[in-house]
Amino acid sequence: MADGPVQARGLRKRFGEFEAVRGIDVDVAQGEVFGFLGPNGAGKSSTMRMIACVSPRSDGTLQVLGLDPDLQGPRIRARIGVVPQQDNLDNELTVRENLEIYGRYFGLSRRHVKARAAELLEFAQLTERADDAVEPLSGGMKRRLTIARSLVNDPELLLLDEPTTGLDPQARHLLWERLYQLKRRGVTQIITTHYMDEAEQLCDRLVVMDGGLIVAEGTPAELIRRWAGREVVELRFLPERRPSVAELEPHVDRVEELPDRVLLYTSDGEAAQSAVHRAGLRPESALVRRSTLEDVFLRLTGRTLVD
Amino acid sequence: MTLADPPRLPVLVRLLPAGSYAGRSRMLLLRSATAARRTWLVILSGFAEPVFYLIAMGAGLGSLVGSLPGPDGVPISYAAFIAPGLLAASAMNGAVFDSTFNVFFKLRHSKLYDAMLATPLGPVDIALGEIGWALLRGGLYASGFLTVMAVAGLLTSPWALLALPAALLVAFAFAAVGMAATSFMRSWQDFDLVTLAVLPMFLFATTFFPLSVYPRWLQLVVECLPLFHAVELMRGLTTGVVHLGLLGHLAYFVVMALIGLAVAGRRLGALLLR
Ligand SMILES: Nc1ncnc2c1ncn2[C@@H]1O[C@H](COP(=O)(O)OP(=O)(O)OP(=O)(O)O)[C@@H](O)[C@H]1O
Ligand SMILES: [Mg+2]
Repeated sequence: MADGPVQARGLRKRFGEFEAVRGIDVDVAQGEVFGFLGPNGAGKSSTMRMIACVSPRSDGTLQVLGLDPDLQGPRIRARIGVVPQQDNLDNELTVRENLEIYGRYFGLSRRHVKARAAELLEFAQLTERADDAVEPLSGGMKRRLTIARSLVNDPELLLLDEPTTGLDPQARHLLWERLYQLKRRGVTQIITTHYMDEAEQLCDRLVVMDGGLIVAEGTPAELIRRWAGREVVELRFLPERRPSVAELEPHVDRVEELPDRVLLYTSDGEAAQSAVHRAGLRPESALVRRSTLEDVFLRLTGRTLVD
Repeated sequence: MTLADPPRLPVLVRLLPAGSYAGRSRMLLLRSATAARRTWLVILSGFAEPVFYLIAMGAGLGSLVGSLPGPDGVPISYAAFIAPGLLAASAMNGAVFDSTFNVFFKLRHSKLYDAMLATPLGPVDIALGEIGWALLRGGLYASGFLTVMAVAGLLTSPWALLALPAALLVAFAFAAVGMAATSFMRSWQDFDLVTLAVLPMFLFATTFFPLSVYPRWLQLVVECLPLFHAVELMRGLTTGVVHLGLLGHLAYFVVMALIGLAVAGRRLGALLLR
């Protein structure tokens, strides 16, 4: 992993007194899809902006595509695609012009951007809206246009900050499929998301950030094995019948209390469920499921993914 | 996909932080021109304003005033006196409007420049591109107004041809300084300060009456104002009273443009690349 597209050591970002990123090491390998998970304010976007060379680092080292953003910002930006957390489309231009003019900022020829824009409109399923203004598009359409725009320069590295927030399920699945195609073509991708299914589906490797630090790192499967165990029993109790953690703990590896339910982490869900039953506890409902990244997230940050 | 273009302002570029100029500001002109295709009516309305002033003041007020001493003391008609002043003022007004209100909106609200900075473009490309657009617009208005002056017989010398490039330089300098000032503004309220700077200049910087009406101390104040130098420059050229002193006025605007551009480029970078 010596010469991956992104390499950070002790990377920090300060805004005045406040430190948003507090010394993180990141290694992204060529061709992989790398994820950043973390609660609001964890420092994901701040990190993404440093990698995108639009926010100078406060400390540490950073190499993007083998270059230093402080010295070679424009050359790096020429080779990456960026989907910012908040759409910043050009409202004075049409959908098509948004793609064409943006391509021109990269120094691409008129002919090239014309052809590329047509492809990308198809990609984003916006061909019918090509000559409409941007303003009246739905939120999901704007998002799709922003994503299409990030591809106009055929980037080697794609940075996607919450790409699917605001998309309907169908559009999300379409985007996942498109991102998979890009991955097969060797495009390295860095994604932040609040959707654990998205992270599990897309990411080869991911890190969980909290309070400006990386608190865990690995493949989705590794993280689940390490931090959540194999299975989870979800129990819902009537408030007056809800048992204490101490009553549940002997039967499982770990207990997590949420406002509306109790989660029991164990290697064998069925067995744990019967044990609870034998102990005379009577939940309103019980569900045995496999552990997911959401459980990892909850364990590491004390919060649910989408709060 | 390399940074092809050789920078056109090598000296200035070396003074700027690394990566702030990709030599591609003309793409911003392309963008503005594309956007303007749908708002051409608004843009055309900029022609009308100085012409209205010329008619109202030149013809209306002029019939009462008669003639005034020109730059060399030889009397000229009131219309011929104020026309170059209006030309200078319209170059100022157009440039200031474009580089303050429009730039502020793009900077703070539409996040347009954030999107541009995710590409190889740097803050100086943006500053130059936006100033360049203000300049094109200013040039268009100045040509229109000069045509009106020619038709009305207010251009009495071939030197008047140089009034167009001079107007462009004046517009450039005002746009650069306007943009630099905008980068310090925090809210729309701050724009009252722009009006506060521009309107008195328009009224008092010898646009409508000669410097000799003021007491000496006020003359000194007026002589420091940028619009005063613009009016002197235009009046000299359109009446054909050309002397070396005009170069001094030119130098004033060259310095103003360079300072404005350097400050605007740096401030935009500091604001956007956080
Ligand atoms: N330009 C800025 N000036 C000052 N503080 C900032 C700035 N940008 C971000 N922050 C602060 O840095 C912290 C991290 O913000 P960041 O946007 O990186 O979080 P995030 O992980 O992307 O969160 P979210 O999931 O809500 O997008 C927050 O506390 C935020 O207020
Ligand atoms: Mg964020």
